[in-house]
Amino acid sequence: MVPLNYYLVLSAILFVIGAAGVFVRRNLITILLSVEIMLNAVNLTFVAFGRALGSGDGQIIVFFVMTVAAAEAAVGLAIVIAMFRHRESLNPDTWTALRW
Amino acid sequence: MMAFFIFGAVAVGASLLVIAQRNPIYSVLLLIASFGALSGLYVLLDAPFVAVIQIIVYAGAIMVLFLFVVMLLNAPHEDTEYDERVHPLLRPGPMRLGAALALVLGAELWWALTRAGDSGRFPAGAVASVRAIGQSLFTDYAFPFEVTSILILVAMLGAVLLARREGHG
Repeated sequence: MVPLNYYLVLSAILFVIGAAGVFVRRNLITILLSVEIMLNAVNLTFVAFGRALGSGDGQIIVFFVMTVAAAEAAVGLAIVIAMFRHRESLNPDTWTALRW
Repeated sequence: MMAFFIFGAVAVGASLLVIAQRNPIYSVLLLIASFGALSGLYVLLDAPFVAVIQIIVYAGAIMVLFLFVVMLLNAPHEDTEYDERVHPLLRPGPMRLGAALALVLGAELWWALTRAGDSGRFPAGAVASVRAIGQSLFTDYAFPFEVTSILILVAMLGAVLLARREGHG
């Protein structure tokens, strides 16, 4: 079996890809997808550590993270729909009403 | 050993393509592929329950929600002319700063992980059964489980309220 470090490095790579997507992309849907990538990278870490420690708690935390991800996707996409209805755009740079 | 690298390569490659695509529909479909590879990794980690709910909940429900919204909005591209001309990953200015920040984060994670040493051999026993997870979930984690149900309720109400068209009630 592959050592734990491999899983951690893979998860770090996935997290960095997600973070880069949030930083670089200017499309709200893609940004939300990048957030999902980051959540999944963290899930992989949880499962790998749970397996390494011989407990099932990691998998239960993943269960909760998935629930939060579902709630986040539902609310985030509702916000995207509401914003798109006002501005006809998915670019977050067009939304500067709260900028001082 | 081989399966880990195959699944890992698919996950990383699909995730990279997710943030490199211009069309969100392709991004969503590639992310589903990435989740499939992650589900394979969960099987390798003796976590079949997580692997299955990864497919059912993530690829089945959340990604379909994303796909639904992408098709509903029917705005596949980042909309200015500049965005049409320049690939999203190659833009100058603040975008480059963001990419640099991501690289710094990657370097830090690499530094931390390589200094940890090779201590990570997995022990023989694994908590793989759904019975054990369910028992733990409904005894030790009963309170977070109930709080989760409230979270879902609030998210549902919030989504309905936010997406409702103003003036129709």
